[in-house]
Amino acid sequence: MDAQPDSFGPAIAKAESEDIIIRSAQWRRWSEALRAVRARPGFLLAAGFIVIVLLAAAAPGLLTPLDPYATAPLVKLKPPSLVHWFGTDELGRDLFTRVVYGARLSVQAALLAVAIGLLGGSSLGLVAGFLGGRADAAIMRLIDVLLALPGLLLALAIVTAIGFGTVPVAIAVGFGILPGFARTMRAEVMRVKTLAYVEAARLGGAGWGRVLRHHILPNASAAVIVLATLDFGVAILVASGLSFLGYGAAPPAAEWGTLIANGRRFLITAPWVSLVPGFVVALAVFALNHIARTLEEMGR
Amino acid sequence: MARYIIGRIVQALTVLWGAYTITYAILYLLPGDPLSIMLTASGVEMDTLSADQIAKARHYYGLDQGTMEQYFHLLGRLLTGDFGTSLSSGRPVAAMLAERLPQTLMLAGTAVALSIVFGFAFAWLGAWLRWKPLRAVLRRLPAIGISIPVYWTGLLFIQIFAFSLGWFPSAGNTGWQSLVLPAVTLAIPSAAIYAQILLRGFDDVWAEPFIATARAKGLRRGQIQLRHVLRNASLPILTLVGLQVGHTVSGAVLVETVFTRVGVGRLVQEAVLRQDIPVVLAVVTISAAAFVAVNLVVDLLYPLLDPRIAGLATAG
Repeated sequence: MDAQPDSFGPAIAKAESEDIIIRSAQWRRWSEALRAVRARPGFLLAAGFIVIVLLAAAAPGLLTPLDPYATAPLVKLKPPSLVHWFGTDELGRDLFTRVVYGARLSVQAALLAVAIGLLGGSSLGLVAGFLGGRADAAIMRLIDVLLALPGLLLALAIVTAIGFGTVPVAIAVGFGILPGFARTMRAEVMRVKTLAYVEAARLGGAGWGRVLRHHILPNASAAVIVLATLDFGVAILVASGLSFLGYGAAPPAAEWGTLIANGRRFLITAPWVSLVPGFVVALAVFALNHIARTLEEMGR
Repeated sequence: MARYIIGRIVQALTVLWGAYTITYAILYLLPGDPLSIMLTASGVEMDTLSADQIAKARHYYGLDQGTMEQYFHLLGRLLTGDFGTSLSSGRPVAAMLAERLPQTLMLAGTAVALSIVFGFAFAWLGAWLRWKPLRAVLRRLPAIGISIPVYWTGLLFIQIFAFSLGWFPSAGNTGWQSLVLPAVTLAIPSAAIYAQILLRGFDDVWAEPFIATARAKGLRRGQIQLRHVLRNASLPILTLVGLQVGHTVSGAVLVETVFTRVGVGRLVQEAVLRQDIPVVLAVVTISAAAFVAVNLVVDLLYPLLDPRIAGLATAG
């Protein structure tokens, strides 16, 4: 939307006022975005939390000096304290450390799922919206069918076929979120395709390939990026659900869902073992949801 | 109108057939060796069998036929209501489903009803209250409801209402008391989505010119909200209820596992752990059928509630 070709912007500014410092369009856009973000403290908070989660996924050792697999039977099932921020589990392992290391698997799974959904769905949507006609009809029928399969159950079928573990779960979740990307991409491409600047570019002699790369894709991508942020959260939610059901990584490695499932057995005596990791999942999904909605509002 | 109805029914059946076909392809064509999965699921180690026995087993599961033959064979049996036999228990899948389906339908039905009630009540409050800070808080809450994992809400409710307060049982299928916590847990994400959409719809309708007319006529806020705003803003919810069926079914799998209830959700959860392919295929097909059926009903109800659609349908 705001990535439109505006090569004439600076020229107008120059003609109107000679003494004002002329900034490049890109610089202006950045400073505008910065001001918009500063006006939204909730967005900063959410983004900060997601940065920490991504940091935990990339380098868990930076956030905690402890070993996620080191057992200490003497301090088993201790409630949260200054030493053990999230308490300890039934083997005396530090839960904060386990959550930080669990972020690695869970975030990797979610990112892989979003990548599959984004690449697969967007290409299908792009082809459907761009070519139209029979290709469009065929692809959209397929998407309708995929939408009729409840997300988690489609994932269950895929997991049954290809086995358990972080990567199969990610693939299963990716296929579940694929239809959304296909629909959004198709709608955006069909919208942008009819706009005047696409026509102008065509008249200027640009081939369809060039128009697609330089005009349609950049302008259609804003909505897809919002959806990707939103679905990053959805992917965390569904993937942790699948690992909660017992199809995730094999122990002692633990995804967020596995941690919650393990804690179930101690719900009466030590509720924090499953409730605290679950709270982290909820917080991450809420933060991504908030970021996506802010991006959507700013794009309008 | 008749053409609209027939067209919708044909479309629904086509989608359902497509959903079955995709699930079949995933379960029977994707694994490198479905036979070894099936043998493991029925409790037999493939290494212990002789070549002759393996050939027999292959024939027993119908895996010696060609892909298309096998597919049409299964589809034909499905049309007569035969979902095959469970690999791990050896019982007919149809009988297992018949035992558990009522429990899950009751859970899902209660949850859908609760989610609609909660969603409307929440949005009503959010649009009716005028104190700014409270309005802001109410507008944020649905996003939280959507973000919380259902299984975590379930565990939290068990901890609070079953273990600490002792109001409701934490597990089981006996009596309405055991239905309360699972149904509320399952209702929350859908209710949050309804509330979000309704709040937006209420705000839009409040800005319409006919609201100014209604106020000029001397109607009170409550009356306007009930007679004008609610009626105009609640139509999209119907479509949404149809689309939420998928989420409710998915949620039921998690909720039944958390509350250890007997039901189709738990059945499929255990079937996946044992890689019991026929059971998984049957449950996924049933869920797709539920989704397609509810959305068909919604599509057919729409022209009755919104005459503009009926006009389009007869014209087109």
